[in-house]
Amino acid sequence: MPFLVLGIVTLAFLLTTVTKGDPLTAIVSDRQMNDPVAVAAAKARWGLDRSLPERYVIYVGNLLTGDMGTSFITRRPVAQDVFFRLPATMELVLAAMLIGSTIGITLGVLAAYFRNTVIDHAARFFALFGSSIPVFWLGLALLYVFSVKWGILPGPGRLDPRAPPPPSVTGFMTIDTLIAGNLKLFLDALWHLILPAFVLGWAVAGTISRLVRANMLEVLDREFILTARAKGAGELRVVVRHALRNTLVPTLTVIGYSFAYLLTGAVLTETIFSWPGMGSYAVEAARGLDFPAIIGVTIVGGVVFLLTNLITDIAYVIANPRVRLG
Amino acid sequence: MQQEPLFAVRDLRVSFTRHGQSFEAVRGISLHVDHGEVLGIVGESGSGKSVGMLSALGLQPKTASVSGSARFNGRELVGMPMAQLRALRGSRIAMIFQDPLSSLNPVMTVGAQIAETIRLHNAGVSKRAAMDRAAELLALVAIPQPDRRIHQFPHEFSGGMRQRVMIAMAVANDPDLLIADEPTTALDVTVQAQIMDVLTDLRRRLNLGLILITHDLGVLAGHADRVAVVYSGEVVEQAGVDDLFARPAHPYTRGLIASIPNMAEEKERLFSIDGAPPPLGKLPGGCAFHPRCPQAQDICRHVPPPVRSDGNHRAACHFATLPVGSAA
Repeated sequence: MPFLVLGIVTLAFLLTTVTKGDPLTAIVSDRQMNDPVAVAAAKARWGLDRSLPERYVIYVGNLLTGDMGTSFITRRPVAQDVFFRLPATMELVLAAMLIGSTIGITLGVLAAYFRNTVIDHAARFFALFGSSIPVFWLGLALLYVFSVKWGILPGPGRLDPRAPPPPSVTGFMTIDTLIAGNLKLFLDALWHLILPAFVLGWAVAGTISRLVRANMLEVLDREFILTARAKGAGELRVVVRHALRNTLVPTLTVIGYSFAYLLTGAVLTETIFSWPGMGSYAVEAARGLDFPAIIGVTIVGGVVFLLTNLITDIAYVIANPRVRLG
Repeated sequence: MQQEPLFAVRDLRVSFTRHGQSFEAVRGISLHVDHGEVLGIVGESGSGKSVGMLSALGLQPKTASVSGSARFNGRELVGMPMAQLRALRGSRIAMIFQDPLSSLNPVMTVGAQIAETIRLHNAGVSKRAAMDRAAELLALVAIPQPDRRIHQFPHEFSGGMRQRVMIAMAVANDPDLLIADEPTTALDVTVQAQIMDVLTDLRRRLNLGLILITHDLGVLAGHADRVAVVYSGEVVEQAGVDDLFARPAHPYTRGLIASIPNMAEEKERLFSIDGAPPPLGKLPGGCAFHPRCPQAQDICRHVPPPVRSDGNHRAACHFATLPVGSAA
């Protein structure tokens, strides 16, 4: 795990050095670019006059103390920026994961149980649609239909812009509004979360449903399903308690993997829905050649992904008693 | 008039439709079993013996259609609403299957699986009480340290122990009828005898009707009261077990008896019946067994054999030395 983190840090650091863009253009204004004194001062100020290995060592050293450098654009510490924005992304991604898994598992189970029927075909169409339509298109389309045209869902943002935001405790708007005891604001936050989370979740719902369907088909043919029926268990119990529980390991795997997709998908979704998370931060950083911010976002994203994999592995052990022994 | 038996199957037919064509896997099976009685059903794989019994309980594959009659305690099972069938399954009628490893849910402890059977049919029983009862049941089938074993998963048990778990689960609600589908086939020979002993012992103690489905006539010799021999979806001979071994009336039964390994005799090779059972939907005319029958005559190729019977012993063969009678 520590090695993987170091690997991520190194890669993130090196990736910025191979880009053609000159970070100086982000720091120094066009007019001052012709002033050698100003340029040299800026170089010295941001450490750009040092060699690459030197910069790397300094960066890693600072990172160990929790310092990710200072953003060229916001002029605030990157660590502060990122951790201020991380909860917004996590809230969106977790909600999308919840929606995606719920829809995906339900559709997968239904498709397998009613294989080769209209239900199966409809589920296949829904899955294919979700995983082939780009997130930005779907986001814009749904935003237009539900928010602009029908007005049944709110527009972009995390809260009604007129409403005073709750004091930030966890950074999760839904939780913070609850902590503040403001139910109306909580519903507003939830209401704002639905559409972006659904857009993001739909794509993974497709993948999850296809995998759950394949695994359910296999498990439903196993003999212990017959045993369960012979015991007098109802179909719902047979499907959920006996069949679905046996597909838990591959399902957890695909949900774990989908996390990476959700993190990348969040970049686009956040941009469309003006979601003040890591994704929109990354977009701004990339646009402005804000290298410290880009590296910071990459590292945090990578570490979050590693943590998800770890959680997935732990979940395996709980889901599969045969792993516990070995 | 005779009292109705515990479980009576009459002219049960099961057919499958594949690519628009219909195949009959079970072609009119009739048999019955009573409390405390062991009925053996013997036949080759694919003869329809298992699917017939499953279909009687509504456990046939989705593509199958079932007709005929299967009466249990005076109630017709064929066409019975699902909810009523479910109430019977696992409670009054229990089943165990061939491979105890694949028949147990790998991600549930055996205790939880037994407790589930109990609680499905006894709404008032607490989880605690059901687990306690599960441990008692494991003790009943002679599994040592039941209190520890109920918390283990199927993969922590040996083959024979798993089949004991299946049996414990089957008798959890004190059923009237137990259908055991090849209960010993997947087990070591030494374990086979133990499992058979557990089954016949339970039959005596719980006075349950036991249907023993097997491809091995030898298994039935010491354990069954009566035997039904199934060939190509039909019962070709039915008799008391001693009668059957002493006076087999159908050439197929004689072939099965001859192919039981006999330790006392020194034989170069085991006897085997030539040929293979006919594929579904390609049954020969006349007697279904005639292409493999050493005694086949012209009549066998054209005329389906009548059922000959002396009351207790019935056989469907033109040359059976039994009087031609109405099927009892």
